[in-house]
Amino acid sequence: MPNGSTSPGGSLTRRNFYVGAIYAIGALISAALGLPAAAYLLFPPKAQKADEWIDIGETARLTPDVPSEMTFRRNRVDGWKVISEKSTAWVVKGADHTITAFGPQCTHLGCAYHWDDGKNVFLCPCHNSLFTIDGKVKSGPAPRPLDRYDVKVEGDQILIGGLRQSEAS
Amino acid sequence: MRRRWHRLNAWLDNRTGIQTAVRNFLYEDIPASSGWHQVFGSVAIFLFLVQAFTGALLAFNYAPTPGDAYNSLRYILTELTAGRLIRGLHHWGASLMIVVVVLHMVQVFLYGAYKKPREATWIAGVVLLLVTLAYGLTGYLLPWDNRAYWGTVVATQIAGQAPVVGPYLSRLLGGGGAVGVVTFARFYGLHVLLLPPATLLLIGLHVYLVRKHGVAPAPGDELVPAKKFYPQQVFKDTVAVAVAFFLLFAMAVAVRVPLEQLADPTDTAYTPRPEWYFLFLFQTLKLFSGPLEVVGSVVLPGLAVLVLILVPFIDRSRMVKVTRRFAAAAFVLLTAIGWAGLTAAAVATTPQEPQTEAIDFSAPTDWMQLSPEEMAGVAYFRQENCKSCHVVGGQGTPVGPDLTRTAIHKDAAWMIQHFKRPSIVRPGSSMPPIQLTDAQLNSLAAFLLKLNANNATALDNAPEFATQGALVYQNNHCSGCHVVNGVGAKVGPPLNGLSKRESRGWVEEHFANPQKLVPDSIMPAYRLSPKDLQNLTSYLMALPE
Repeated sequence: MPNGSTSPGGSLTRRNFYVGAIYAIGALISAALGLPAAAYLLFPPKAQKADEWIDIGETARLTPDVPSEMTFRRNRVDGWKVISEKSTAWVVKGADHTITAFGPQCTHLGCAYHWDDGKNVFLCPCHNSLFTIDGKVKSGPAPRPLDRYDVKVEGDQILIGGLRQSEAS
Repeated sequence: MRRRWHRLNAWLDNRTGIQTAVRNFLYEDIPASSGWHQVFGSVAIFLFLVQAFTGALLAFNYAPTPGDAYNSLRYILTELTAGRLIRGLHHWGASLMIVVVVLHMVQVFLYGAYKKPREATWIAGVVLLLVTLAYGLTGYLLPWDNRAYWGTVVATQIAGQAPVVGPYLSRLLGGGGAVGVVTFARFYGLHVLLLPPATLLLIGLHVYLVRKHGVAPAPGDELVPAKKFYPQQVFKDTVAVAVAFFLLFAMAVAVRVPLEQLADPTDTAYTPRPEWYFLFLFQTLKLFSGPLEVVGSVVLPGLAVLVLILVPFIDRSRMVKVTRRFAAAAFVLLTAIGWAGLTAAAVATTPQEPQTEAIDFSAPTDWMQLSPEEMAGVAYFRQENCKSCHVVGGQGTPVGPDLTRTAIHKDAAWMIQHFKRPSIVRPGSSMPPIQLTDAQLNSLAAFLLKLNANNATALDNAPEFATQGALVYQNNHCSGCHVVNGVGAKVGPPLNGLSKRESRGWVEEHFANPQKLVPDSIMPAYRLSPKDLQNLTSYLMALPE
């Protein structure tokens, strides 16, 4: 290979070509590795299995307008594993017999809240968030209403589905 | 802006010296004869970086225990975007790295670049070759499929044969010949914790030595002014890197890396074969038997490594032009022929898998959960080319409705009527009637009723032998006596997990004459065509436990 060019101008162009090519190839390879890596790490797994419906009990067990804490087992897909775990819902039967089921965690920082019979509110002990019986924020730092499970009633049985995050109020 | 940039750079250089260091590295003098033949070292370093990068990505979704390794790898392959690509890059990158490291070595050898004062550089290079092979050996186990398991069983047995140190080596690899959780943990530890920093240190040492002694000049270089490393040689290195990367990427996209079934230590029929770059060792081993086996497994490879290390001390002649190094060229040629011969012999003697259709576990295997009737439905679905008009989960031509939408599914009776006279059941439909018998339409309906967005992949992934085998199964009314995936009568034994109980040969013979193998069996003999017999047996052997 000839070492450089005879004219300073020619040598400069050739040098520019080398440097440009080095950077271009470098950028191309970085992109070809970086983009799939980003997709691999950021995109959710493909198979989003629909949530199964779980029978958690009879509507007759519920007193209208008194929330009751119900536990049930459900299968959850965790990465490459299916885990059977205990879950909890606060289930409310309204006066019109509609069933609502709230997720068990406060929407502020995820503490477990409970129903305060005396005050008729859901009370989160961590930072004193209060929620009304229909899940709305009454006071405290909670940014949005309680999350709700999908619920359907078949005959007398309450079936519980996936947990939906509530919209900020 | 520009001035500010310069000031920032000057500040950074003043505090760290980074720019000066990079400049010193890049504007190194290299001999006038340097050129394309010296690109392999850079390509090897690049490939090492690709391996480190893709390896780290795999580790982010990989559980390094025998209990979870296989499933987490399947998760990477089937659930994650670009997971297959990244595993492909890592898998083929390992092979390509060995090719490039060997090419680098051959170049240095042919040019005699190992000669005084560069002996240490050469020895560090030989150690790097061994480290590269150690990656291959330890990484081979990590998918924890049958191939990985049985390949490693052989490798650890060989290590145990080494004279004097054998038993200790065997214990160090985590088990008296058995491959289990301890071996797995040690291989993983070696592969990701010990070898990478060792490689970095060795590469550092190797590159430092190259810089200390300079790139080896060819005779006559002293008469010509030296060149600079940057940008011309760096450009050549980069082009070579680009070619290697393009090859690697193409391999990763085009050649599917298989995943076999989960490691099964009780499998007695499995014939292990090592990775292609170890096949020559495997074949050497077969040349020796009995007490001499250790010669092929340990002594000869050990001697070969020793000779490689001693090369600079064996050949101490003066540097001559590469075109006059006949002995070196002859040696390389003979070694290449020997290697190719041994590898070819190993490939040629690899027994053909006993007709068992290979199931690709790197793809979803949800088709395994279908009942035989549904599976037969898949066969009819393909046979009738339903996809030419229907979309299934977003794939296909959208003339008719998407069949994964459960809203369009009525009951089986409605569907069968619809198959027979589409335009009467659904006025205005342009679907042609399907010419199948009622039983066949039943299968098709059974499959379509079960079809939803979650299991639509089964339609694509079910192998041909399984759908065809299910057809034979249905046509012969096997479910009148046998249960498969929970469907069928319990007169005969359930057929799930058959491959764990019986060999393929046994199953085939059993069809022809059940009472010969099971005297009190009430199963009638079945005379199947060879093709039907093959498909049905493959299908049954593929049934999960």
